[in-house]
Amino acid sequence: MSKLLIFLTLIPLLPILTTSFSPENPSSRRVLVLLDDLALKSSHSVFFNSLQSRGFDLDFKLADDPKIGLHRYGQYLYDALILFCPTTERFGGSIDLAAILDFVDSGHDLIIAADSNASDLIREIATESGVDFDEDPAALVIDHISYAVSNTEGDHTLIASDEYIKSDVILGSKKIEAPVLFQGIGHSLNPSNSLVLKVLSASPSAYSSNPKSKLSNPPSLTGSAISLVSIVQARNNARILISGSLSMFSNRFFRSEVQKAGSPTKHEKSGNEQFLTELSKWVFHERGHLKAMNVRHHKAGEADEPTIYRVNDDLEYSVEIYEWSGTSWEPYVADDVQVQFYMMSPYVLKNLSTDKKGSYFTAFKVPDVYGVFQFKVEYRRLGYTSLSLSKQIPVRPFKHNEYERFIPAAYPYYGAAFSMMTGFFIFTAVHLYSK
Amino acid sequence: MAASETSNGTALRYAFGNVLSFFILLLIGVLAFSIRLFSVIKYESVIHEFDPYFNYRVTQYLTKNGIYDFWNWFDDRTWYPLGRVIGGTVYPGLTLTAGTLYWILNSLNIPLSVETVCVFTAPIFSAFASWATYLLTKEVKGAGAGLTAAVLLAMVPSYISRSVAGSYDNEAVAIFALIFTFFLYIKTLNTGSLFYATLNAIAYFYMVCSWGGYTFIINLIPMHVLLCIVTGRYSSRLYIAYAPLVVLGTLLASLVPVVGFNAVLTSEHFGSFLVFIIIHVVALVYYIKGILSPKMFKVAVTLVLSIGLVVCCAVIAVLVALVASSPTKGWSGRSLSLLDPTYASKYIPIIASVSEHQPPTWPSYFMDINVLAFLVPAGIIACFSPLSDASSFVVLYIVTSVYFSGVMVRLMLVLAPAACIMSGIALSASFDVFTRSIKFQLPGVKGNSQVDAGDTSSEGVVAQNEVAKTDKNEEALKERPSKKNRKKEKEHVEKPFVKAQIKKRLLVLPFEASIIAILLLILLGAFYVVHSVWAAAEAYSAPSIVLTSYSHDGLHVFDDFREAYSWLSHNTEVDDKVASWWDYGYQTTAMANRTVIVDNNTWNNTHIATVGTAMSSPEKAAWEIFDSLDVKYVLVVFGGLVGYPSDDINKFLWMVRIGGGVFPHIKEPDYLRDGQYRIDSQATPTMLNCLMYKLSYYRFVETDGKAFDRVRRTEIGKKHFKLTHFEEVFTTHHWMVRIYKLKPQKNRIRGKAKKSRSKASSTTSTKRSETQRKNPWH
Repeated sequence: MSKLLIFLTLIPLLPILTTSFSPENPSSRRVLVLLDDLALKSSHSVFFNSLQSRGFDLDFKLADDPKIGLHRYGQYLYDALILFCPTTERFGGSIDLAAILDFVDSGHDLIIAADSNASDLIREIATESGVDFDEDPAALVIDHISYAVSNTEGDHTLIASDEYIKSDVILGSKKIEAPVLFQGIGHSLNPSNSLVLKVLSASPSAYSSNPKSKLSNPPSLTGSAISLVSIVQARNNARILISGSLSMFSNRFFRSEVQKAGSPTKHEKSGNEQFLTELSKWVFHERGHLKAMNVRHHKAGEADEPTIYRVNDDLEYSVEIYEWSGTSWEPYVADDVQVQFYMMSPYVLKNLSTDKKGSYFTAFKVPDVYGVFQFKVEYRRLGYTSLSLSKQIPVRPFKHNEYERFIPAAYPYYGAAFSMMTGFFIFTAVHLYSK
Repeated sequence: MAASETSNGTALRYAFGNVLSFFILLLIGVLAFSIRLFSVIKYESVIHEFDPYFNYRVTQYLTKNGIYDFWNWFDDRTWYPLGRVIGGTVYPGLTLTAGTLYWILNSLNIPLSVETVCVFTAPIFSAFASWATYLLTKEVKGAGAGLTAAVLLAMVPSYISRSVAGSYDNEAVAIFALIFTFFLYIKTLNTGSLFYATLNAIAYFYMVCSWGGYTFIINLIPMHVLLCIVTGRYSSRLYIAYAPLVVLGTLLASLVPVVGFNAVLTSEHFGSFLVFIIIHVVALVYYIKGILSPKMFKVAVTLVLSIGLVVCCAVIAVLVALVASSPTKGWSGRSLSLLDPTYASKYIPIIASVSEHQPPTWPSYFMDINVLAFLVPAGIIACFSPLSDASSFVVLYIVTSVYFSGVMVRLMLVLAPAACIMSGIALSASFDVFTRSIKFQLPGVKGNSQVDAGDTSSEGVVAQNEVAKTDKNEEALKERPSKKNRKKEKEHVEKPFVKAQIKKRLLVLPFEASIIAILLLILLGAFYVVHSVWAAAEAYSAPSIVLTSYSHDGLHVFDDFREAYSWLSHNTEVDDKVASWWDYGYQTTAMANRTVIVDNNTWNNTHIATVGTAMSSPEKAAWEIFDSLDVKYVLVVFGGLVGYPSDDINKFLWMVRIGGGVFPHIKEPDYLRDGQYRIDSQATPTMLNCLMYKLSYYRFVETDGKAFDRVRRTEIGKKHFKLTHFEEVFTTHHWMVRIYKLKPQKNRIRGKAKKSRSKASSTTSTKRSETQRKNPWH
């Protein structure tokens, strides 16, 4: 179903990647940051500094700045976009909903931070990405059990969550010890949507409603169905981070100490910094970005790639897979990469073995079926960009002279035929000339 | 003295007649060739229709890569992703013939293109076919009948329809091969020569190479042999004519890759083997009769009969058991529909869906063989006076071919030569009678009729000539069993000829009646010629890829097909797959050089049913099916704007039937309102939402504002709609071909819609899980 139509070898795929995500020159990655208020620049400076220290070139603009634009002369000016402007109803300049979606659809990354009272525009962008914020504009996520203990007994909207997605690729291999502080709006995901993932979810006791009004109806969003932070990896591998809270990016949350209600341990520092830094690494393709190249196949014992195989040929297939580490392409090591020899259904499905230097290879026998086959590698793993390689190769039946000329089992028949012929010849001669 | 003078005179007249026949034949050849050139003159030198495009492509491959590559050709551009082994699934006769022609011409430094050679192969072979008809009819009833039959065949509309210049199909050479094989069979039967028997087997081999219709030969000849045996006409000549044909012919036939073991395994061939056994038994009986005394013979007969019966019963029982164990009883679908005309429409929609597999209507007989239909009975009567082995064969030929033509319109083509032979015999016999009547009653020629006959009219000569030959044949037939007498034949000819003349003097008709009858016959012939020329020029010359129509403001040319195919070849990637209904598969591969899913070689019913299912499904489900087949473009043919009736909407019910035959969730009644097929506002929702409807009528309302379909003569039911999974990329000038591209999957999946504005495009993901079930590949 989700199989791509285009027969991409990786060579034509590469230029597509480089137009959007350009790991060749990571230092010049430009990010447009749209803010409601330039004060955010300083109040969220820790987060921004961590990006800048990793080589991103941040361009801060007010969201309603009439001069902003995402592209000029058909070229995108930025590689990524950060929307820290939850209340903006209209962007300035040429940016609107469609422009942002086009930006994503052409392979660029996006970070959205909403908040309570998020504008329709921000909600609409989130919805288009597959995330539905609580419809009540004043609603906040409330948790009376696992709230963050603070000096003032508040309305329990500042919650501490440690229900992360279990993925080293997305959140880094170092375990996040401290819970993450969150204060903002919750959202839900469509369970059938395979592109969007819940990175930080609320505890089972959370619900979403307006803390200032009395709860008359049961809340529409409850429990761990509420997602606090979600990520989207679009089919073109553009990545989107959606958070219901802008304040979780702030210096104050980064530095505050945190104690989860009911928990004896008190952490010096909240998990926000580690969580969001690691997440931003993922969103900006510093982790989990795979590329495959040099797809090769040939008959066993030969080096050249044939234009056609014969049934029952022995062949060898190899592909190289690398992961972007933020600075260079490192060999990707896994034992679950599989190749299919596919014609309407996989005839051969084999695990590829790797030499731990990025090269994956296997050898197999072409099935005894002719037709137009494809070498397919469909590699989809949590957090990694999806690899979808297919290479078409026809398989022909035996040629007329590739069968055995004499079959041992048929020698009685050959004998019968030739003895019959000689016998007939002798008989004719005798019959005609005996008189 | 007088005798030698007469023999001199007859020899001279024979020589004159032979030269005249030669030139007449030459002219017949020219006529047969040139009457088929209307399509080139009116349109252009172009390959016609559907199948010829495949043959053309194969020929190109053959001339480029040589015969071994052709033999082993695995074509990965059709039937994607299954591919097709071309070398093992085509009848190579036509391709090899045209390839040889091309090779000869090029080695003579005549640089014709492959296309030109292909275009003119059919007219060349129809000239050959008329010469073969001459030979065959001459063997049966003499040279006069032969010439008449050849003229008739040269311009019989039924044959023209399949052999106009550009109609590069198997039938083009197969009809020649068919007639020539029959001629050699009759020749062997008349002479008893092993040389002709061998030639006959080779001609049969060429026929097997050329056309699946060879089964007609291998069933008709055994039938005739059986007829001869039953009527007591068994002779060693019959044995020589038949036995080598079966042995050599079967061996040769199994060399053709597409036939292979079918030559001994399928029931189409069993009749010939059965008769082969019977003729041996009969031969043995005759032999034993010769060496035994009558009394002993009777004893032997009872013995052999009882043993033979037991053996035969056993053999037949084994055969029946073998055949019955296969699901189709060993008969291929097309052959079964020959025996039971309702078989195909009941069980095999894919065969029934082809218009040329339908039974013909009465007018089509008049259209295709015209006056021959009236002359055939007369010809049959003429064949019975006197009945020889040869004439009984043509009677059998016409009877069986009339039956087969009644089953399938396509087999009119087999009837046409038989009808021509019969009509040739009839015309020639009646001319013979009338001219003789006139000749004997003309004053002053009574005494010396033989000398003057040459001057009265050329037809007289021909007729006379023919009478002589028939007599000679008759005589020869009687004499033949005693081999030694054969050499004396010529001396015998004279005496019976005089005798016959005296006898025939009694059959004289009144002078005036003869004149009027001849005039009427000439008028009939003239009518036939006029009709044939009209048919060749108007009815059968259209190449069907270029259409024309006359209207009040002049001639309109619709060249939409080639426009679409060249768009495809210039604007799509080489490896892109194009899906369309199978009719357009051959053209797409040949003209656009793009991979197709199904084509006119309907070898895989499931694959065609998949495409049919996609066309009958709603957009989303269709997208899934096409996507699973890696299709990138979908091509539909739409005639609603210009009134082109054989478009995809009119073929659509067949797609539903063929698709529903394999994937039962497609049900024909869903597409019919009260049993009626309609696309107007009364149409069913399934119909209005299926892919074929949408692709055909997308944006149609923009043409005239009312969306009036000129083929169905109604306004369409659903005028304004959008396509969600397909996008229009090309529509030809007259909207006859529309090409759509599959949209790629959405980059993002939208969340649940909260605003009414976006409700329409919502819940794509839930829809998917629903429709996935319907995709036959998952």
